[in-house]
Amino acid sequence: MSELLTPTFLTAFVASGILAGIPLLFAALGETIAEQSGVLNVGLEGMVLSGAFAGFLGTLATGDIWVGLLLGGLVGLIVSGFMVVFCVRLGLDQIVVGISIVLTAEGATSLLHGAMFGKSYPRLDAIPELKIPFLGDIPILGGSLFTQPAPVYAALVLVAIVGWIFRRTSAGLSLRAAGERPDSLDAAGVSVVTVRTIAELTCGALAGIGGAYMAIVGAGTFVPFLTNGMGFIAIVIAMLGRGRAWGPVLGALLFGMSMSLSTALQLFGIAIPVDVVQMLPFVSVMVVLVLFTRQSRLPAALGLPYLRGAR
Amino acid sequence: MTAPAKPADAVRDASPGRAGAIADGVVRSVGPIVLAFLFCGLLLLLLGRDPLAFYGNIVTAGVLRPSGLQDSITRMAPVLLIAAGLVIVFRANLWNLGTDGQFLFAAAMVAGLGPIVLAVVPGPIGWLFLMAVAMAVGAMWTVIPALLKARYGINEIITTMMMTFIGVGVANLLVKGPFKGTTMVPQTAVVPKALMLTDIPGTSIHIGVFVALAVVVIVHLALTRTSFGTRLDVLGANPRAAVHLGIDVQRLTVTAFALSGALIGLAAAVDILGIFGYMRADWNPAYGLKVVPIVFLARLNALAIVPFAIFFSIVSIGGEYAARQASLPSDFILYVVGLILIFMVITQYLSDKRARGERILPRRAAKAAADV
Amino acid sequence: MDGSGPGITSDVGSPALPFAPTGSATAGGSIPAVELIGITKVFPGVIANDHINLAVMPGEVLCLLGENGAGKSTLMSILSGLYRPDEGHIRVAGKDVVIDSPRRGRDLGVGMVYQHLSLIPTLTVLENLMLGTNPGLVLKEKLARVHLEELAKTLGVAVDADAQTGSLSLGQQQHIEIIKALWKGSKVLILDEPTSMLTPQGIAELQSVLVQLKASGLAIIFITHKLHEAVAIGDRIAILRQGKVVGEIGPDVVHSLSPSQLQQRIVATMFGDEAASVADVAELRSDLGRKQATHTFSEAPLLELMDVSAPGVRGQYGISNLSLAVRGGEILGIAGVDGNGQRALAEVIAGQRKASAGEIRLAGSVINHLAVSARQRLGLRYVTDDRLGEGVVRPFAVSMNLVLKRIGDAPFWRRGAIDRTAINATARELIMQFDIRTPTEGTRIGKLSGGNIQKALLARELSFEPKVVVFNKPTHGLDVRTIAMVRERIREMAARGVATIVISTDLDELIDLSDRVAVLFEGQIAGVVENGPGAETRIGELIVGAQAA
Repeated sequence: MSELLTPTFLTAFVASGILAGIPLLFAALGETIAEQSGVLNVGLEGMVLSGAFAGFLGTLATGDIWVGLLLGGLVGLIVSGFMVVFCVRLGLDQIVVGISIVLTAEGATSLLHGAMFGKSYPRLDAIPELKIPFLGDIPILGGSLFTQPAPVYAALVLVAIVGWIFRRTSAGLSLRAAGERPDSLDAAGVSVVTVRTIAELTCGALAGIGGAYMAIVGAGTFVPFLTNGMGFIAIVIAMLGRGRAWGPVLGALLFGMSMSLSTALQLFGIAIPVDVVQMLPFVSVMVVLVLFTRQSRLPAALGLPYLRGAR
Repeated sequence: MTAPAKPADAVRDASPGRAGAIADGVVRSVGPIVLAFLFCGLLLLLLGRDPLAFYGNIVTAGVLRPSGLQDSITRMAPVLLIAAGLVIVFRANLWNLGTDGQFLFAAAMVAGLGPIVLAVVPGPIGWLFLMAVAMAVGAMWTVIPALLKARYGINEIITTMMMTFIGVGVANLLVKGPFKGTTMVPQTAVVPKALMLTDIPGTSIHIGVFVALAVVVIVHLALTRTSFGTRLDVLGANPRAAVHLGIDVQRLTVTAFALSGALIGLAAAVDILGIFGYMRADWNPAYGLKVVPIVFLARLNALAIVPFAIFFSIVSIGGEYAARQASLPSDFILYVVGLILIFMVITQYLSDKRARGERILPRRAAKAAADV
Repeated sequence: MDGSGPGITSDVGSPALPFAPTGSATAGGSIPAVELIGITKVFPGVIANDHINLAVMPGEVLCLLGENGAGKSTLMSILSGLYRPDEGHIRVAGKDVVIDSPRRGRDLGVGMVYQHLSLIPTLTVLENLMLGTNPGLVLKEKLARVHLEELAKTLGVAVDADAQTGSLSLGQQQHIEIIKALWKGSKVLILDEPTSMLTPQGIAELQSVLVQLKASGLAIIFITHKLHEAVAIGDRIAILRQGKVVGEIGPDVVHSLSPSQLQQRIVATMFGDEAASVADVAELRSDLGRKQATHTFSEAPLLELMDVSAPGVRGQYGISNLSLAVRGGEILGIAGVDGNGQRALAEVIAGQRKASAGEIRLAGSVINHLAVSARQRLGLRYVTDDRLGEGVVRPFAVSMNLVLKRIGDAPFWRRGAIDRTAINATARELIMQFDIRTPTEGTRIGKLSGGNIQKALLARELSFEPKVVVFNKPTHGLDVRTIAMVRERIREMAARGVATIVISTDLDELIDLSDRVAVLFEGQIAGVVENGPGAETRIGELIVGAQAA
C-alpha cells in the first residue's frame, strides 16, 4: 500500500474527490436550507437531474460553462416551484410530491434527451482549471485543493455566505424558526409560507447548479439518469449536517472521495469492479447513518405543512 | 432522525358515505390518470410526435395483438406482487422505496441458483424452493432499514433508497461473478424453457400470474379481516396511539417490512422463472417507484390493485412498442407515473376540501369568480 | 339565544353597551386602549364568537373569564391578528383598525402572550426576541441587548440574554414572552391562560409583574378560567359563555366588593340561566367534605413502585428513585406542576416507558418485563391525558376505538379473524353505560367532542375488570358536567376496590378525590399528605417549597 501514498496519487485522489463532491455540496447545501425551514425536499434528485440536463444544453449551445450553470440553477428553481405550490402553499404531502418530482424529472429528461439526441451523447470541452497563486504550488494540496475549476471556489464562498446568513441575519433566524416552531414564527409576525417558499426555491436553484456542474464539469456530457441517486445522498448529508452550513462541505468531500477512490486506484492499475465503485457511496452512507444516527438532529416541524387556523 | 412520512394519510378516505364514496373514489382514481395522459400528450406534441398515434400504438401493442395481450397479462404478475408488498407497509405509514434492490437481489439469486436447483429437483418443488429463497432474500434486504426505523426512528425513505442502490450493485456483482454462465456475455446460465413455470396451454401466460392473483387476495384478507391488519392500520393512523394501545411497534415494523420485501422477492422469482429463465448483468426493469402510484390509486386496498395493475401492464407493454415507433426512450412511463402522482394528490386535496364543505377554488380565484 | 335575554344578570348595561362611562375614573383617560365591537367568528359547525363587545382602558386589567370552549382564545387570536373576524371591527386607541396579521397587530401596539409558550427552545433568549422584530437584514445584537435590559427592569426581573430558551424554567420563559410582547412598545398586553403552567411561586411573580406593568399605563387583558385569579387580578371582569359575553362587571363594582362577594357575583352571572349547572357546581363543592367518609382498603398494596427511575423526554423530567404504593379501594392523588415527571410516572406504570431501575409490582408480582398489552390484560389501566395524540385513533369508528386495547383477543377476534358483530354489540353497550354521545357506534371518533372522547377512553379502560387505574389529568379541558361525571366514575371504581392513581395539576380536584396526595417535584416524591383538614395548605407548601425539602 505504501507506494499508493505518493504525492501524485494523493493529488489525484483529493482532486477527483472534490470534483465528485461539488455537485453534492451544492445540493446538500440547498437541502440544508430547505430542511431548516421545515421542508423535507425528497424531490431533490429530480431537481439535480433537471439542472444537469439544462446545464448541459446551455453549455452545449454557448460553450460557456457559466451560462450552463445559470440555466441549470434556473431550471432547478422552476422545478422546486412545484414543491412550493403543492407543499408549501397548499400543504400537500411533501413525500408524495417529492417522489413524483423525481419520477417526472427522470422521465422528462430522458424523453427530451432521446428526442433531441437519439442515441448519441455529445461531449463538452474540458473546463480550464483555476490555479490559485502561491497556494497552488503547495505539494499535494496545491495540485488538488487549489487547482480547481472556478465554480469550486464559488461554492466554498457560497457556504461561507449561507453560514453567515444562518447565524447573523434575521432571515437565518426566521428560517430556523420556520422549521422548529412555525406557529411561533407566525405569531412573531413573519410569514411562514414566504420563508419556506424562499428556502425551497433557493434549494432548487442550488440543486440545479449542482446538477449542471455534474454534467458540465464532472461528466462533460449528459446521459439519462446521470445523477444516479446523488440527490438522495445529498439529503442524507443535509440530515447529518445538523443544520450547519459547513456540514455539507465535510459530507460532500467525504462522499466525493468515496466515489473517486476507484478512479484514483485505477490510475495505478488496481481495477475495482464498476459495480463496487457505484455501490461505495451508498454503502458509506448506510455505515455513517448506522454509526451517527443518534447525533443527527432534525427541525421539529420538518415535513409538516403549516396552515394557519387549521383546527 | 424521523421525518413524518404519511403514505397512508395521503390517500385515506375523507367521507364514509357508500355510493357517494365509490363515485368519489372512481373520480379520484381515474381523474389523475386521464390528466396525466393529457399532459404527456402535450409533451409528445412538443417533441413533434403525434400523441394519438402514440396512444393508439399502446393500445394496439398492449391489448389488440394477441401476443401483446398475453405479454400484458404476464407483466401483471410482478406488478401485482410488488403492489401487494407495498400495500402492507403503506398501510402502516411506512415507506418501502427500496423495491428495485430487493427485486434485483432476489432475481439474481433465483437466476443463479435456478439452473442448478431445477436440474436436480424440477417442477413445483424446485419452483417453491426458489420462490422461498427469493422471498427470504427480499425480506432480508429490508431488515437494516426496518431495524433502523424501529429502533432509532431513522427515516426509512432514505435508507430503503440507499439499500436499493446497494442491492442493484450486489445483483450485478453476483451475475458477473459467481453466477456467471459459460457465455462471453455477463449473464447467468439459462433455465431450459421446459423447466420454467408452466404456461397455460396455447398461450405464453405462465401460472405465476395466478400465484400473484392468489397472493393479492390473501393479502387483502389479511389486511381487512385479521388483527394483523388492524394493528397495521393503527400504526399507520397514529403511531403514538399504537404504543399506548400496547402494540409492539418495533416488531410490527420489522414484520411489515419483511413481508413487503418477501412479496417483492417473490415477484422477482415469478418474473425470472416465468419469463426470462436467466438474468443479464445491468438488467433492471425498475418497477419500484412506478408501482407506487398504483397502490395509492387503489387507495391502499389490495383488491383494487388488480384493475390498475392491468392498466399499468398494458401501458408498459404497449408503451415499449409505441416508444420504439416514435424513436423515444421507453422512460416516458416514468413521466406519466410522476404526473399521475401529482394529479392524485391534487384531486385528493380538492375532494377533501369539498368534503369539508369548503370552496374548491383557492381563495383568490373564488373571490375573482364571485366578483365577476 | 339572545345575549340580553331574561335570566342573565349583567352588571353593566347590556352587552351592546359594553363600556360604562362610570369607569372612566381609572388612570389613563377615557379612551379605551382597545375596543371590540360586534366581533363574530364562525368555524365549521361552531360559532366561536357571537357579537362580542368588550373594551379595556389604559392602566387597567380586564379579566376574560370562561370555561374551555367559551371562545376566549378565538377572540384573542382575532385581536392579535391570527384569525380574521367574520363580522365586527376593532378599535385601537379610538381608531378603527384592521388587524390582518400578527405583525400588524404588534405594529398597532397589541402584544400577545399565548397559553402555550411560543418561544423557540433551540434559539437563545436574544434570538427569540429578535425574531420578526429585527430592523433590517443583519441582526442588531447590541441594540437588542440594551432594549432587553430596559424591559427586564420594567418587569422587575433578571434575564440571561444568551441562555438557550429551552433550558429556562417555565416562569422565566413566560417573562421572556411578556418582554417579547412588549418589544415594539405595545400599549395592550394580552395574556392567554398565563398561569396554567406556572408554580404558585411563578404565579405570584407574574402578579407582581402585572402590577408593575399596569402602573406603567399598559392595558392588560387577562384570560383565565379560574375564578379566584379573575377576582385577584381583574379591575374589570367579563364573563364569556358559548361564544357570548354573558356579563360584565365594571371596575367600580369590582373594587367595591370583597373577594368572596365578587366571587359569588361571578358564579351567579356564569350559571344564572342554567339551574343544572349550578347544581353541578354545588355538587363539586359538597364533595369537599364528603371525601373523608370511611373507606376500607385492601391489606396489601395492589400497585407498588420501589425506587423506580425512568428517563424524561423532550426536556421534561423523568422520574428518579420513586417509590409509592396504592392499596385496593384507595385513591392516591399525584400533585405537582406540569412537567415534573407526571407523564414519565404514568407511562412507566402503564409500560409505555421502560423503567431504567427499580421494581414495579402488580398485586405482589414484578411486572417490569411485561409489555403494555400484558399489563392491560392483568387489569392495569392507563387513562392518558393526551386523548387525541395517543388515546384514540381518530379516523377509526367509535366501536373500534373501544376495543383497540384488546386487538386479537376473543370475542372480538376469533382465530385471528375480526368479528365486527361482537365489536359493535360491546360498543353499543359501553356507549349506553358511559353515556357517550355519538350518532352511531360507526361514527369516526375524531368527530366527537372532547368530553365524549374522554368518556370513550374511560369506557375502554374501565371495562373488562380493571384492578389498578392510572388517570392522567382526567378532567383537563372538560366542561363542568363531564368533570362531575368523570369524578363520579373514579369514586365508583375505587369503591369497587380498584387501586386508583389520579395525576392532576388541579389541586382542588385532588383534594376532592384523593385519600392521600403525593407531591411530585423534579421527578421525585417531595412528600405525601393524608387528605383532611389543612391538607391543601400542606400540599401547596410541598409544591412550592420542595427545593427546601
